[in-house]
Amino acid sequence: MRGAWRRLQQWGEQRLPALTRHRRPEALPIELHRRRIYIVPTGFGLGFGVLLLVMLLGALNYANNAALLLTCLLGAASVASMLVAFRALDGLRLTHIHAGHAVAGETLALILEFESQRPRSAIRIDLDATHKAFAIDDGGKARVEIPLPTAQRGWQALPRLRLWTHWPLGLFRAWSWLHPQQQVLVWPRPEFGGPPPRPPAEHARQRFRLHQGEDLATLRPYRAGDPRRHIAWKASARQQDLLTKDFEQPETLGEWRLDWRQLPGLGNEMRIARLARWLGEALAQGRPCSLWLPDQHIATGSGPLHYARCMDALAKLP
Amino acid sequence: MTAPRGMAASAEPAIDARAFDLLAATIAVVLVAHAPHLPVWLAAALAAMLGIRWWQRRRRPGRASPWLKLPLIALLAGAVVFSYGTIFGREPGSALAVGLLVLKLLETEASRDARVGIGFGCFALMAALLFGQGLLATILVMLGLLPALAALRALEPAHAPASLPRTLLPGLGLLAAALPLAILAFLLVPRLSTPLWGAPNTGEARTGLGDTMSPGEFSELLVDDSPALRVNFDGAPPPAASRYFRAYVMWDYDGRRWRRGETRQAPAPLVAADAVGYQVAMESAATRVLPALDVPLEAPSQARLSADREIFRRAGSGQDALTYRLRSALHYRLQPDLPDPVRQRGLRLPQGFNPRAIALAVQWRQRYGNDDRAIVQAALALFHDGGFRYTLAPVPLGRDAMDDFLFDTREGFCEHYASAFAVLMRAAGIPARVVTGYQGGYWNRTGSYLLVRNSDAHAWGEVWLSGSGWVRIDPTAAVRPERVSLGAAAAAGNQLGWYRGGWLRDLRNRWDIVNRWWNQGVIGFDALRQRGLLTPFGVRRTDSATLGALLAAACGLFAGIGLLWALRRRQARDPVLAAMRMLERKLAGRGIVRRPSEGPQHYFSRAARALPQQRGELERLMRRYLDLRYAHAEPPPELARAFQRAARDFRPRRVVK
Repeated sequence: MRGAWRRLQQWGEQRLPALTRHRRPEALPIELHRRRIYIVPTGFGLGFGVLLLVMLLGALNYANNAALLLTCLLGAASVASMLVAFRALDGLRLTHIHAGHAVAGETLALILEFESQRPRSAIRIDLDATHKAFAIDDGGKARVEIPLPTAQRGWQALPRLRLWTHWPLGLFRAWSWLHPQQQVLVWPRPEFGGPPPRPPAEHARQRFRLHQGEDLATLRPYRAGDPRRHIAWKASARQQDLLTKDFEQPETLGEWRLDWRQLPGLGNEMRIARLARWLGEALAQGRPCSLWLPDQHIATGSGPLHYARCMDALAKLP
Repeated sequence: MTAPRGMAASAEPAIDARAFDLLAATIAVVLVAHAPHLPVWLAAALAAMLGIRWWQRRRRPGRASPWLKLPLIALLAGAVVFSYGTIFGREPGSALAVGLLVLKLLETEASRDARVGIGFGCFALMAALLFGQGLLATILVMLGLLPALAALRALEPAHAPASLPRTLLPGLGLLAAALPLAILAFLLVPRLSTPLWGAPNTGEARTGLGDTMSPGEFSELLVDDSPALRVNFDGAPPPAASRYFRAYVMWDYDGRRWRRGETRQAPAPLVAADAVGYQVAMESAATRVLPALDVPLEAPSQARLSADREIFRRAGSGQDALTYRLRSALHYRLQPDLPDPVRQRGLRLPQGFNPRAIALAVQWRQRYGNDDRAIVQAALALFHDGGFRYTLAPVPLGRDAMDDFLFDTREGFCEHYASAFAVLMRAAGIPARVVTGYQGGYWNRTGSYLLVRNSDAHAWGEVWLSGSGWVRIDPTAAVRPERVSLGAAAAAGNQLGWYRGGWLRDLRNRWDIVNRWWNQGVIGFDALRQRGLLTPFGVRRTDSATLGALLAAACGLFAGIGLLWALRRRQARDPVLAAMRMLERKLAGRGIVRRPSEGPQHYFSRAARALPQQRGELERLMRRYLDLRYAHAEPPPELARAFQRAARDFRPRRVVK
């Protein structure tokens, strides 16, 4: 049954690309217009139509003009609501898509920016199985965040989005398909557990030894908040102001040189997963690291930006 | 909003408080619209249930348990059967529908239930109109659509929050936008010539005039302030004292009650001295009699004239007959020659009733001899001077009702006087009968029509005098002349309650012109009027096919208008861009066309190269444009205006080569 439906859909896509809008992806911004908005009555709308027919028949049978007028008014309002439903989508523009970061298998926060010249209400967006409703107020802009499930690392094309609405009365469903030509980068999934990276080279370790421990580095004027036991009482006695002993900061963590070549005997994806884990650990510990990849070398750095750069590079590996 | 208990089981999220309030308001309007015909206790119970449910959901959302619902449904069905004897038919059916609607609210938590409730509510609103399609009832019902539409909107997710009154406004706008199409559809929908089911008996709630009369029968009618007739006269309206509308002529008296007594004879001959043309619009079709001013000359087409010149509409004539044209005589001789059987009938009295009244009449006859007119005067003098009182709440009368009235209680209203007068006349040997109908009415100056209410119902007597035929004698006028000159309310004094006296009554009488317009324009709009409306447009045949085609054309027209509205796009109001486009058009006239991908700087410099004489001017324009576009997040309006002016004043000069 399901397979038959899918075949029918595919046949429809080939036969009636303009009608179904199951078309090739298109570049942003995408503006909805009359040739790509479709309207059908909802189940409630069909039921309401039957109800209106019954009311019409009753009013005519009892020759009751007030009831007839009421029925006509309701019917005309229902038809007008169809146009309102169309206008709820017509002229809506999808201007930007921002993608957050996510590792494969997790959901990626997709931020869609919509623009409109007039306020709109109750517009809903479907992305696969997730639904979201939003409104655009007088400002004319709306940011909608919607989670996108990811499967594997690398570039992932955005699926078709469906924008639809039952506004205003729930009698008609207006919808339009959006297929933005945009890809999001999904980071590789770090492996769970495994050996730490090879310790840094000896000479690098030496450099940092110099200022290890509680060695006194210098004296400096007292600043409010300095602990009392750090005050250099003897030295202060010879001065006007108090002096504080300034200690060398504890050793900065050793730099990790993460290298693709140091992981022989592993498959590509395993290497990527391990590197991704090390990068994550480095970020968590605040440890600087550099990354060597077959097609790229990223110099030593730290912080989230550096991490993102490295992960992007890992994600883009063939 | 907190999630109600048991939400895990239901797939749909609960509706929010605003949507629920609007739904409850819709159902409340349905209840109010149906309240007049529901039993009071049922209406009160349903209102209480509605209130309790509303209060309960405000405190803690959640649907009522089935253990509560099922007994309530059984109770409702039982109450309807107890009250009406059945659950089929219009009244029991609508009572059941309203009850079920209120019960539906008990289990309404999800939007699906709410939608069903609203659809059902719309149907119940329409059903309320089947019981009375007056202007106010219709307005009330139309107002009921507002919370219904607002509730449907509130069921949609993610809409701008608004105060409760403001949520009703968009629905009003939608209805207003839909009104032209609705009116056109209303005008063009083909009407059924015969009902598809049932025989709709309209207006049985109204009592109206009956074809029998006993003293005290009118008391219900005389406090019914609703309109009975509206009369347009071709010329000036007749004077107030002549506004007698005859409905029934009563012959047979059994000591308690007067009856018409059907005879299949030709209408009594009439010698008319004048004729007044007029049109009557009856409010309700409760009775078959069509009241006519005094004595009608002939019957309208869908009615027949009885022997006593009463007018009855033919069976099955339907609503069409409620408006009729007539001509009547105000000065006439009705049946100048009285056949003997008729005379006998006009003198008949029941045996063994009212001995004192008969004795009095016999005494008059002995005193005045053959002078019938003197006897009539004696009777009127008795009513005028005998200590009689006009009241709408007389004490009840015994077996010899007329004796009790004439000699003991001496209080009553038109029925008592007319009945007593006729009994006295018959006892004295003068043929007499009782006539019921309407007398008086309010002359609406604005609409130039006479409004006759049910409370204007009246009874009077007719006696046959040789040489004059049947002569109208109104004994009530002898007791209370205001009854005839000013109307029932004036005669009743302060017995009718505060609301019927003075300015309020006056206001109601003036307001009646709106009701009349509504009755004529909307309620009375039938197949005949439909044809009349379309004839000026060249549509001669108004069968269903023609009307359907017209309706389709009208719908197409409105669909076109609606589509134009829906497709209209507001252009971006960017004055700088508009000025730039103007500049581009001007330069394009000189052959300098901006390429789609060309930036403004490149374009301007290209233009400056092409028009070397105006290089300075073009460079200034370019600097201004770039400033406006890139130097400010929100460009100051004076800069934009300056650029607009410069663009407008720019004239590309012809290059001299």
